[in-house]
Formats: sequence, C-alpha cells, structure tokens
Amino acid sequence: MTQAAAQRRGGGGWHRFANPARFRRIAGAVAPWASGLAVALLLLGLALGFFVAPADYQQGETVRIMFVHVPSAWMALFCYTALAAASAASLIWKHPLADVAARAMAPIGAVFTAQALITGALWGQPMWGTWWVWDARLTSVLVLLFLYLGYMALWQAIEDPAKAAKACAILAIVGFVNVPIIKFSVDWWNTLHQPASVLTTEGPKIHASMLWPLLVMAAGFKAYFVAVLLLRMRTELDGARLRALESRLAAAE
Amino acid sequence: MQTFRDFFDMGGYAAFVWPSFAACAVLMIALVVSSVLRQRRMRARLDEVEKLVRHAEGDEAA
Repeated sequence: MTQAAAQRRGGGGWHRFANPARFRRIAGAVAPWASGLAVALLLLGLALGFFVAPADYQQGETVRIMFVHVPSAWMALFCYTALAAASAASLIWKHPLADVAARAMAPIGAVFTAQALITGALWGQPMWGTWWVWDARLTSVLVLLFLYLGYMALWQAIEDPAKAAKACAILAIVGFVNVPIIKFSVDWWNTLHQPASVLTTEGPKIHASMLWPLLVMAAGFKAYFVAVLLLRMRTELDGARLRALESRLAAAE
Repeated sequence: MQTFRDFFDMGGYAAFVWPSFAACAVLMIALVVSSVLRQRRMRARLDEVEKLVRHAEGDEAA
C-alpha cells in the first residue's frame, strides 16, 4: 500500500522505488505524518467510542469491545493480504523492496490477529457464555496467527537471506487460501460468530452513532500500520546494508 | 462521582470491556517500543561497521 501511495506521488513506474535511498526519503517524509495521524485518530476514536456511541440494546456496554475487536480483525486480514501480495511481487518481479515490506508486515499482522482473538474471547464470554469455540471463524483466525508466527520463524530459520525470502514468499502465498476462508466462514458454516454488518452488499447495517467511532478507529489502526511498517522497513534495509558491509569487511581482511 | 463510577462499571461488564482495550493498548505500544529499539540497535551497529569499513579501505588506499 505504501508503495502504491509512493508511486502516485512520484508518478513513475515501480523501478523508481526499487532504489532504497529514494524509499528512505519518501518514508522519512511520510512516517511522522502517519504517526501523528495514528495518535490523533485513535484518541478521537476512543472518545467517540466511549462518550458518543450508545450502549447496544441487546449487548449493553460490551458492544464497545467492537471498536477494538473489529478494526483488529480487519487489519489482521488486510496485513495478510498485503503480505501475500508483497510476496508475489517478490517472486514474480524480484522487486527489491517487496521482501523488505513483507518481512516488516508479519509482526504487525500477528499483533492485530492476537488482538482480534483476545478481544473476541473477552466479548464471547459475556455474550455467548464461552471464551472460545472451535468453530470455523475462530479456528481459521487462530490458523492465521500461526501462519504469521510460522512465517516469522521461517525467516529466522534460514540463514541465506535470498533463500529465506523465497521460502517465506511461497509460505505466505500458500497461506493466503485462509483469508477467504476467514471472510466467508460465517456464511459457509454454522457459527456463533455474527455475519458481516459493515461490509455488506446492502451497505452498513449498524447505526451511524456506532459506525463512525468504528470507522475512525479503523482509520487509526491503518495509520498505525503505515507508521510501524515504514519504521520496520527502515530497519530491514539497514540490516541488508549491514550484511553487505560486513562481507566487504571480511573480504578486505 | 456517581457518573464516573457508572462509567467505570460499564453496565456490569467492566471485567470484559476494560481488559479488551488494555490488551490492545499494551500490544500496540509494545510493538512500537520494540520496533524503535530494534531500529536504534541496528543503527548503532551500522555506524560501527561503517566506521570499520572506512578505516579498512582508508588503510588500503594509504
């Protein structure tokens, strides 16, 4: 997503951003704005979620859990989709920033997935009478968490960065099959989990007083994602430079 | 004071609502902190190695 945004800015082709120095300049300019926007939107979303949104007539005050649960779950899926897309870009076009982006996204996606599971359990107990059920939606989200963790572990396990990148990209693309399973699990199988109520073909089914806080929180999560992604991509690029310099040093000695 | 207590009580669901928000805050802040520390450590190592490379290649030139 950041690459696409960067592309629009520069108006050039992908190769213009293959240059890490150019990426660094753009990332350096965007990161402070993304960070500030994330803080502002998250604070506004919390204020709207606690002081403007009413309690639900069926779920009472527990409905406020939605304001962190749903954006976490959306971002869990979004991050994995972006991770798989970056992995495909890495395998097909050998774009040098694609691996960097994919690797940087994994821990962010894992955090959002963990949040979706934790807040889901805390919402499930009072509303369904159970913290956990092994149904399609919950189980497929747990699988998503394991995919993120497996992806991160695979990067650690393979010493040669080029081989690691390839193996991880293949894992990420194969794992993408889980994303539509999560999305449609509530329609395909019997589940305690409710079906989509915002992203439906007939438009959102929830009232504006609850929809707005939700959308502001979701935008805040997205800005947070961009800010952390840019920071982690910078670390990955520095790591690649470090490895290159260390091998030059070894050759010089 | 009463309204503050009502707010904190969350209609009797305080034990579910607050931990949800707390868990997200802790995880999201922890990820930012660990990412910043990781970047700083990497930057420090890179500065060190860059200095070593300058020395090594400067010596060769001399």
